[in-house]
Amino acid sequence: MQRYLFTRVIQSGLLMLGVLVITFFMVRLTGDPARTMVPRDASPERVEQMRVAMGFDDPLIIQFARYVGGAVRGDFGQSLHYRAPSMRLVLERVPATIQLTLAALGFALLFSVPLGIIGGSRPGTIWDTLARGFGLLGQTVPNFWLALMLIVVFSVELRWFPTFGRSGFASVVLPAVALGFFPLGQFTRLIRSAVLEVRSEDYIRTAYSKGIEEWQVLSRHIFRNVSITLVSILGVQFGYMLGGSIYIESIFAWPGIGRMINEAVQARDFPLVQAIAVFSAGFVVVLNLLTDIAYALIDPRIRYED
Amino acid sequence: MTGDTVLQVRNLAVEFDSIDGTVHAVNNVSFDLKRGQTLGVVGESGSGKSVSMMSLLRLIAEPPGKITSGSAVFLPRNGEPVDLLQLPKRWLARIRGDRIGFVFQDPMSSLNPLMTVGEQIAESVRKHTELQGSVCRDRAVELLEHVGIPGAAERYNNYPHQFSGGMRQRVMIAIAIACNPDIIIADEPTTALDVTVQAEIVDRMQKLTKELSISVIWISHDLGVVAGIADVLMVMYGGSVVERGEISRVYSHPRHPYTIGLLGALPKLGAAQKRLVNIGGSPPSLFSPPRQCAFAARCPWVFDRCKAERPPLFFATGSHSEDPSAHGHVTACFYDLEKDRRRDPDETGIDVTAFEVGQQG
Amino acid sequence: MRIDALDQENVRSPFQRALRIVLRDKTGLIGVFLFGTVLFCAVFAAYIVPHSPIEQNLRISRQPPGWHEAGDWEYPLGTDNLGRDMLSRIIYGSRVSLTVGFFGVLIAMSIGMLLGLVAGYLGGTIDNVIMGVANLFLAIPYLLLVVVVAAVLGRSLINVILIFGFTNAPLFVRITRGEVLRIRKSGYVESAVSLGAKPGRIIFGHILPNLIGPLLTVATFEMSGMIFYEAGLGFLGLSVPPGIPSWGNMLAAGRQYIQFSPWIAAFPGLAIVFTSLGMNLLGDWLRDVLDPRMRRSAS
Ligand SMILES: Nc1ncnc2c1ncn2[C@@H]1O[C@H](COP(=O)(O)OP(=O)(O)OP(=O)(O)O)[C@@H](O)[C@H]1O
Ligand SMILES: [Mg+2]
Repeated sequence: MQRYLFTRVIQSGLLMLGVLVITFFMVRLTGDPARTMVPRDASPERVEQMRVAMGFDDPLIIQFARYVGGAVRGDFGQSLHYRAPSMRLVLERVPATIQLTLAALGFALLFSVPLGIIGGSRPGTIWDTLARGFGLLGQTVPNFWLALMLIVVFSVELRWFPTFGRSGFASVVLPAVALGFFPLGQFTRLIRSAVLEVRSEDYIRTAYSKGIEEWQVLSRHIFRNVSITLVSILGVQFGYMLGGSIYIESIFAWPGIGRMINEAVQARDFPLVQAIAVFSAGFVVVLNLLTDIAYALIDPRIRYED
Repeated sequence: MTGDTVLQVRNLAVEFDSIDGTVHAVNNVSFDLKRGQTLGVVGESGSGKSVSMMSLLRLIAEPPGKITSGSAVFLPRNGEPVDLLQLPKRWLARIRGDRIGFVFQDPMSSLNPLMTVGEQIAESVRKHTELQGSVCRDRAVELLEHVGIPGAAERYNNYPHQFSGGMRQRVMIAIAIACNPDIIIADEPTTALDVTVQAEIVDRMQKLTKELSISVIWISHDLGVVAGIADVLMVMYGGSVVERGEISRVYSHPRHPYTIGLLGALPKLGAAQKRLVNIGGSPPSLFSPPRQCAFAARCPWVFDRCKAERPPLFFATGSHSEDPSAHGHVTACFYDLEKDRRRDPDETGIDVTAFEVGQQG
Repeated sequence: MRIDALDQENVRSPFQRALRIVLRDKTGLIGVFLFGTVLFCAVFAAYIVPHSPIEQNLRISRQPPGWHEAGDWEYPLGTDNLGRDMLSRIIYGSRVSLTVGFFGVLIAMSIGMLLGLVAGYLGGTIDNVIMGVANLFLAIPYLLLVVVVAAVLGRSLINVILIFGFTNAPLFVRITRGEVLRIRKSGYVESAVSLGAKPGRIIFGHILPNLIGPLLTVATFEMSGMIFYEAGLGFLGLSVPPGIPSWGNMLAAGRQYIQFSPWIAAFPGLAIVFTSLGMNLLGDWLRDVLDPRMRRSAS
């Protein structure tokens, strides 16, 4: 267990180093980062000014050392647009995004868990069809379009929820549904197929042979085993939702980091973009580490290793 | 003590719907099980041993499986006889694990890896008795001790992967005997174990079931094991019972060509056999509905009738009893091996349904 | 002998089996139909559109669909904010989507197979490096990566294809490498090598045939994903230039008029749902038919 933890932490560290490399080169893809960071119609003097200000005329290795050195201290330079430390701006926006993501996750779990379990344990029934249908829809309905359609129906026509902003419970409903729809489908698919698979395990037959009734077999034997699979993809789904929040937060004017990415990209504020990217990746890496640990804690086969 | 019947199975048939066609896994299987008796079930892989016994408690997957006919009347020590195949699921759950225990072949996969072994035993106790909480736990520890797990109290909290194969199988046995059942169905309980552990498990099963006078259905590939423990032997082939009778009698006077082949493969008894049969060819396909003798393609005594109709059970000549439920020696073969001639077309087979026990509906 | 003959009658032939899989899963047929429709639109767009997709006519801007009381069946799905026929633009939009999907997958698959073969075949450090980089790409939120790179590179069809081609390669690397390792472990590569077979023969004779099933299945899902993400980029104004009719660009335009002219955003979105539904059904079906190892989990 300790050795497992240790290797996982080292791996995560390496991954973060890789993230720094990618985000460093990401803004230098065109070969002329100064040009990238000014408006398209900027004068050559303006470009030159930017080049000097950002240190783009130094050797690449120096630039990289500076970048990594700053990054470990949490310093990603000044945001070009807001004229404030990038990381501070990101951290200010984090709570809103976490709130939205958790709400979306809650929505997804609320529907996918019962749907996946019933569908998986009753293959071929209407419930199964429903589970498969939602699994498919989650993958095929784009969340940015779903968000717009939700606004049309529930804000414009029915006036149940506000169109945008972050003010109280009602304002989080539509963005959470739009953002949670894809994970809803993923979870439903995953839970359904996990239930189908666990259902045919020998130990489930043993449970039935003991006279345990179906709902108890489901809750005590099947669900415990399925929850492991669920935990293992939580990290990945969080990463997805961070990406999806770019659309959803922009559409609903939700003041989180997703909307900030869009704004930063449109304003060509790349120091800020880098800060967001490293933060998000770090978030996902840490989350994956945590889910792996949780996984190891739930599963005695890993817990008791060496 | 041996005498009254605890289980009476009649004309059991099970099919599976598969992508390649309908598998007729079990055809017209009938047998009786007496109290305190051990019934050995042998036959090659795929002959329907597991499916027929598991379908008694409806433990096969439905769908694709389907019990198409038959009855399985269970006569508990105290209580009314019931047909297990007609019982609603909720009532069946009260019999499973309580009156009829199961031990499965593969102890590696038959226990839930995420639950402590103690909890898995206690689960059954809690379900079928009034015991609760720590009393229930004590009972589980007691059962663990009973099946010979050293340090049972500490071992209660272990997970299956911390146990060896033999120990896991002992846990399975503890689960099976937890509620002092009438019957234990053991589906090749020793096949997955080392030879040394096998003997240990066989001994323990025998001791426990004799002690509690539990009837046992012991499915096996290994005629040697069965010879040591069974009172009655049932030989299955291609989903049907081909021969059945008291074990000493079947071993000394096998009356079905398949049984002869099977015993011929057993070195100890092979010498005593007059005519050795080498079972050539491959197992029968179960896709065709049972319209002929399943063994016809591999049988050295085969003649045209074997391919035209399905042989019913006949009394073997010299059978001590002409009552199949009293384990008269029966064989499903049109060739009378004792007299070494074909049976007369007008010699009638046994109508098993004529031998009824009890007054069930 | 008679028994064998009887058995033959009762066992289904391979053809019957394939037919049974198709019929049991009618959704596969629906998938073929949906995808076929989109493909047809993309190929024959020029011949089937009722109007020009780019010609503006401000006098009829934001006209509702034909069935609406204020609508006109001349423009069955209505017109957009610049008076362009929605139906014609959606038909043309399928070209952008399918082009991005097709070439994106082609590039991703080529890179992925090459690196996967190298990683699986050579093993050791090279394997570790390739797989390390592949996993790295999976650590960064995918959409974020794509959005930023698209913003850096600027709006063009080629850029979008390249972005998707490169960022989706890791999945194909994984599949190819997994298959190579599986086949290597099975031992018959060793025996083929010991018999003097050249790497080329092993790759083309043993490894690639086994890869076709899984790769084709994944390619279908990936293509659907790229169509999805291309529209998303378009929605943020980061995909093909604004003049080109693409579903993403149309959605971006429709977003501004969502309150009073919701159809401008609704129809391109429906087109995306239609397409990716078709491709997902097709992918599920392909997996069932081509890859027996995955069949159990699918049905
Ligand atoms: N779920 C299923 N779907 C289709 N066919 C099945 C299924 N389960 C069992 N069968 C078929 O039923 C037949 C009998 O199987 P069964 O497991 O009873 O054999 P067995 O005598 O117990 O063999 P073994 O000694 O290998 O355990 C086999 O031909 C098998 O293919
Ligand atoms: Mg079996």
